[in-house]
Amino acid sequence: MAFEIIVIGTSLGGLSALRVLLGSLPRDFPLAIAVVQHRYKDFNNSLSSFLQQFLSLPIKDVEDKDPIQPGKIYLAPADYHLLVEPGYFSLSIDEPVSFARPSIDVLFESAADTYRDRTVGIVLTGANHDGARGLSSIKTANGLTIVQDPASAESNIMPLAAIAATCVDAILPLAEIAPYLMNRCASVRS
Amino acid sequence: MSTPHPTSHTPRPTPSPDLEEIEIQLLLEGVYRLYGFDFRNYAPSSLKRRVRNLMEAEALSSISALQDRVLHDTSCMERFLLGVTVHVTAMFRDPGFFVRFRNQVVPLLSTYPFIRIWHAGCSTGQEVYSLAILLLEEGLYHRCRIYATDMNERVLQKAKSGIYPLELMQEYTQLYLKAGGKRSFSEYYTAAYDNAAFRASLRENIIFSQHNLATDHSFNEFHVILCRNVLIYFDPVLQKRVHQLFYDSLCPLGILGLGRQETLRLTPYEPHYEELGDRIYRRLH
Repeated sequence: MAFEIIVIGTSLGGLSALRVLLGSLPRDFPLAIAVVQHRYKDFNNSLSSFLQQFLSLPIKDVEDKDPIQPGKIYLAPADYHLLVEPGYFSLSIDEPVSFARPSIDVLFESAADTYRDRTVGIVLTGANHDGARGLSSIKTANGLTIVQDPASAESNIMPLAAIAATCVDAILPLAEIAPYLMNRCASVRS
Repeated sequence: MSTPHPTSHTPRPTPSPDLEEIEIQLLLEGVYRLYGFDFRNYAPSSLKRRVRNLMEAEALSSISALQDRVLHDTSCMERFLLGVTVHVTAMFRDPGFFVRFRNQVVPLLSTYPFIRIWHAGCSTGQEVYSLAILLLEEGLYHRCRIYATDMNERVLQKAKSGIYPLELMQEYTQLYLKAGGKRSFSEYYTAAYDNAAFRASLRENIIFSQHNLATDHSFNEFHVILCRNVLIYFDPVLQKRVHQLFYDSLCPLGILGLGRQETLRLTPYEPHYEELGDRIYRRLH
């Protein structure tokens, strides 16, 4: 069994956490990565260009029906939900879920539905409960579930909520998540 | 949860996603055959989310049970129709789009003696009124006819009424100003209790009518077609159908306006348009 997609959700404190995690992934990293970072709806598409300067993998704001390609990072655009379909992304402007659009739960649940046990879900720092339900769906689909160690999170509420909702596979300090991913993805491919 | 069959001691297992997909397909097939509304080529993930929500709202334990109710009870079908389609809209959403429209499209339109505009998937109408206000301020409205369509009659009634919650007006005013609004936004509506009723003169040249992008054909030739944040709900097959419909319905050099994250880049129609920016495209010939 090989993983095909990594979905990451984060809120308060996420910008620096994403810099560390995504910045540690090498240029030849083999999976597609989809990210929801909560942000204000007016905070437009400058987030991806800000992050790009710290990353060796290409990052982009998703446009509707973008194909899901390995080795690329896809960011949910401000004020749209990001959903995973077989082979491509869809967007939606449905009502916010738990006050959030983009919502982490929406991304995670659609990834679990579509990619099942080939999904890796990661919940990082944040000050709300978004992502807890979604991570639990990934676990139910037998995907791999990872949560940032609450002690290493700028805000521990979101990691704690995810840990409370799911028997997660790994709780890791921020700096150890990228090495863990490289290890897991390499081992399933060999 | 469902009650186990009296003779059985094993509770029914949680439906696997595969079974759920079969149930959704059967539901959509039934709705299409009985009522003529075709959701079979909607983007699967977002549709599935809304069908699940609907199932919960109806307090049912399976999508098959929802199918049963939708097919036998027309009032449930009405709720289904409202539930599976999205009616989130706002006035002057993505103000950059309207600024660009004002600066680049209005000068093109002013060369026509009469302007036909199709606003496809207008939902509850906020964007149609935004467009009417913009055209009024640019001195073109009296020469325009705007066809505002949606598949849902109930939603169209709301659009026709032009009445929206007063609490939204603060946000709309901000967006109106960012969109280059030239007057005081409150000139366009009358506040009554908790509602804002938009001036009847704004809809003098608007025709609201039912049209389904998934099944219906073109009904005129237009100088402008706006369809923003509707195509995201369709799969690539249905998107292609609708882009064909738009291309066939636009006059040469006509304008197509899409949502902020929508693009022609992944469609076969890209070479037939030039992009003016902010998701405003111009048909080449």
